[in-house]
Amino acid sequence: MTEEIIGVKNLKKYFETSMGTVKAVDGISFSVKYGETFGLVGESGSGKSTTAYTVMGIYAPTDGEINFEGVDLSTGIKKRPKSLKKKIQIVFQDPGSSLNPKRTVKQILELPMRVHGIVERKESKDKVLELLRLVELPDEYLERYPRELGGGEKQIVAIARALATNPSFITLDEPTSALDVSMQAKIINMLIRFQKDLDLSYLFITHNLSLMRNVATRIAIMYLGKICEVASASEFFRNPLHPYTRMLLSSIPVVTKEEEELKPKKITSIGEIPSPVNVPPGCSFHPRCPEKMDICPKDDPMTVKAEKGHTVKCHLYKP
Amino acid sequence: MTIKNSLIEIQDLHVYFQIYEGLLKVLNGVDFTVKKGEKVGLIGETGCGKTTTMKAIMRILPMLSTRIPKGKILFDGKDILEMSQKEIQHVRRRNISMVFQDPTAALNPVFKVGDQLMDVIKYSNIDETGESLSDEEIEAQAIQVLKEVALPDPERMLENYPIQLSGGMRQRACMAMALVSARDLLIADEPGTNLDVTIQDQILRLLSELVEAKGTSVILISHALGAVRGLVDRVYVMYAGNMIEVARTDDLFADPLHPYANGLFRAVPKLTGGGIPEGIGGRIPEYLNPPKGCRFFPRCDKAMQICKEKPPFFDVGDAHEVACYLYQE
Repeated sequence: MTEEIIGVKNLKKYFETSMGTVKAVDGISFSVKYGETFGLVGESGSGKSTTAYTVMGIYAPTDGEINFEGVDLSTGIKKRPKSLKKKIQIVFQDPGSSLNPKRTVKQILELPMRVHGIVERKESKDKVLELLRLVELPDEYLERYPRELGGGEKQIVAIARALATNPSFITLDEPTSALDVSMQAKIINMLIRFQKDLDLSYLFITHNLSLMRNVATRIAIMYLGKICEVASASEFFRNPLHPYTRMLLSSIPVVTKEEEELKPKKITSIGEIPSPVNVPPGCSFHPRCPEKMDICPKDDPMTVKAEKGHTVKCHLYKP
Repeated sequence: MTIKNSLIEIQDLHVYFQIYEGLLKVLNGVDFTVKKGEKVGLIGETGCGKTTTMKAIMRILPMLSTRIPKGKILFDGKDILEMSQKEIQHVRRRNISMVFQDPTAALNPVFKVGDQLMDVIKYSNIDETGESLSDEEIEAQAIQVLKEVALPDPERMLENYPIQLSGGMRQRACMAMALVSARDLLIADEPGTNLDVTIQDQILRLLSELVEAKGTSVILISHALGAVRGLVDRVYVMYAGNMIEVARTDDLFADPLHPYANGLFRAVPKLTGGGIPEGIGGRIPEYLNPPKGCRFFPRCDKAMQICKEKPPFFDVGDAHEVACYLYQE
């Protein structure tokens, strides 16, 4: 049954703070299949990045299972064998702070290959050049420092660094949200091409639903540490079920009339995401929900299957 | 020749910045008009000079490094660049106001929201005799404007420090401050760009309702094309210090003509799916040594010999103008 590369079951990550326990990720389950792009969407504070970091091993999970090709990863990064680390890579949101300003592009790209023993010191220059050509950057960038590159080019270097170890799974944490649309288009197309050519699976995190529509195979919506809806990309936009999903969709600024018609009508967004220290009881979305019922503040709804491959966590839908 | 009914009219504005490496030629002959009561959008990528243009209107560019060799900014027929310090302060206090992108940086963290807001109200109401409103009137107006921007419990809000507010609430507080002193024009520089979509949607809807009720003119700046679409009457597209296209909102979004504007619109991911076309190759030119003539031509796949001269605006009908030789009659 190994059609999934990553399986996450009932994952929890709590942080202890002076104000109380923050349940950043509170019991989520999902899986990423081979060769697909799994999109994780949510507002800031919904726990998307915490989920990614926990999968990467940057945080040790409080509870739950993470399975990578049948191997349990939940023990934390220190016990994770190097051979596994090599296969799982990440690209961060802000390339300005994820590249070392005191290293040249060559040094930045060389490091992961040296750590994982992929190349000898003598050959490393050829291998770095090969990487640079793969991401379509000119050869003379080898000796440049990150500050001499544009924002988009820095992100391309960060992507090249993630590719340096021949990974099979890459987490992309808002890789284009700091960039302009024309650069975004270039990088996204590059990522789609690499996915096909290099057999990669992506966990793609973003708050931009229009972008998600065009890159993801399946999409999960997160709200306050929980996943409230999962569906395939086309199904998701044709038939959004959860009230929060509809609110998100109706809030997206769009550029054409055809898109306007896709947006759910008669839903206007109200309120803001509450502090994760003080999560509302029952369904955590109920204070903002236009279809709130008596049961919502009392019971947290179960995740139910609405259609094949489409699950939703809301009292409106009965199993 | 002044256009009838114009509130702001920028004519052939050049703004340069003197830095150690040389002269940054940022604005290269900008023409831009806002009529009374009109809502105008300004879109373009990072670094194209949107904010510089707006700061020139407010005259808040860094004094030491800024050079303005050419151009006029007419506000109600009077050139802002020629005004005395006292006159421009008067305009900033009473007529034009700005909402900045980052509400956290725009509010002073060590003063209460109420004190900051009431200061603005006090100074925006100083009359010729140097008198302002009484403290009671100021407080009443502060509570009134906080209600208008839909902040809950305005009396308590006056006593809060910015840190006690969420991002969306801070942006509302900034809007309240801008609204009390923007009798004629409100400049909104990417309001809500840092905020989540649901909050951004709320902020933009609120802004639109408020300016409509008050009849204030608005300039809405954004690099998110969709954000301006639902809100403004007319849109300008900017590239590397030049206005390259202007049209009514619907016309522009239906059919952007300039090769740059066209590429920009195509690069936006659509909800309807269908993948993302390749973006425009290359990047925005260096301002130290920008290309002569049309600044887009090194990246343009339709470039011609004549493009080495700067294109003027060509009228393509229906208030739609394009600065590109492809549309020369």
